[in-house]
Amino acid sequence: MKGMTVIVKKVTQLLCGIIFIFGIYIVLHGHLTPGGGFAGGTIIAGAFILLVLAYGDHIIHLRVRKEDSSRLESFAIFLFLAFALAGMFMIPSVFFSNYYPLGAVGELLSAGVIPLYNIFIGVEVAAALFTVFLAFVILKEEDK
Amino acid sequence: MEAIIAVLLILMIAGSIYTLHARDLLSAIVSYGIVGFALVIIFLFLKAPDLAIVQLVVEIITLIIMIAVIRNSSKEDLQERTTVKVEGVHYINLRSALYLLVTGILCIGLFYYFVKSIPGLEPFGVHTTRMATTYIEQGAELTGSANLVTGILFDFRGYDTLGEATILLTAVIGILTILRIKGKKV
Amino acid sequence: MTLFVLCFILFLVGMYGVITRRNMIKIILGLCIMEYSLNLFFVLIGYVKNGVAPIITKGTEQATFVDPLPQAMVLTVIVIGLATTAMLMAIAIRLYRKHNTFDIREINTLKG
Repeated sequence: MKGMTVIVKKVTQLLCGIIFIFGIYIVLHGHLTPGGGFAGGTIIAGAFILLVLAYGDHIIHLRVRKEDSSRLESFAIFLFLAFALAGMFMIPSVFFSNYYPLGAVGELLSAGVIPLYNIFIGVEVAAALFTVFLAFVILKEEDK
Repeated sequence: MEAIIAVLLILMIAGSIYTLHARDLLSAIVSYGIVGFALVIIFLFLKAPDLAIVQLVVEIITLIIMIAVIRNSSKEDLQERTTVKVEGVHYINLRSALYLLVTGILCIGLFYYFVKSIPGLEPFGVHTTRMATTYIEQGAELTGSANLVTGILFDFRGYDTLGEATILLTAVIGILTILRIKGKKV
Repeated sequence: MTLFVLCFILFLVGMYGVITRRNMIKIILGLCIMEYSLNLFFVLIGYVKNGVAPIITKGTEQATFVDPLPQAMVLTVIVIGLATTAMLMAIAIRLYRKHNTFDIREINTLKG
């Protein structure tokens, strides 16, 4: 896949970082405002997909990136499971127990482990969608 | 508000019918976008902003993947002819007639039972929460999360989310496996 | 009432596409349409008249919320739907590489 024109590349330069930061904002504020891990993860994946579509795939080494993102996804789901398992060793001894102090409703640092779960799910979804996209793109490259 | 949603739903039905009958695949996929984006607006009307955000981005990524698939492939649709012309005489294509007949019987039967079961449902706009009463009344105190959907997703129903993440991982591994093997050249 | 019937008609349109189309991509699109109508039906059931979105902010403590449980379920279904659609697309493109056609009946009659 070739890259696009100079106009598209420049606009992508300006916008891609903003989209990425917006995705991180959606993930971190998932317990206060609409959004959360799923929405933020898809937005972050969209930022990366925009980058690859605009610049073509000869700039970054896509094969390495694919392995990286699939490894990141496995790592995120492992962390999710580990934090859920950690609930077994706390006082209530329940899988998926919310063992951190809850804090006041409506503040950024509240809701116990839910923000952490949000971050893990966000990383997992973003890595999964980006891996899927890269798999289709690399298949196209092999055919030529 | 019910009227607006009804109009949007009719637009969705029209878009999906055109999707299934379009002549080439590219216009089919683009008109499939009508269905998804109308669904985003309906979600906003139904007070589900979380779903609207996710559906919007997922719809865009789906369109990108589908266009990436059909870009180098044949784009023409394979329409089944309803009539076959043999020696100047038009005959009805029996196979397509059979498929239409089966679909019609199936649709009418399912529709009949659906309409019959509607009085068992509550009318639109009236909803007695059974399971979710605890979630709504005490969710904020028990989980500390202001967004009740996130609270349910990661605290009350964490198993669902864990299963979802596992399915996502499995699907990605499956895609990588399918796309990696070299197909036999025919 | 009307909305439920319209939602079900959307489901039937998707089913009609899955049964009668010959093109694999069209069949996948029909499956996606069925999934959308199912998501919509869940959210329609959970709607409460004059309800507000289930997010607690200042001033909405006493308001009626719409049911958050169907929303939480549909949220996972949407993301899984994208992954399964991509997997169906991968299978379709593999079959296209091998048989050079998207026609599912032609592939059915070929041996090997």
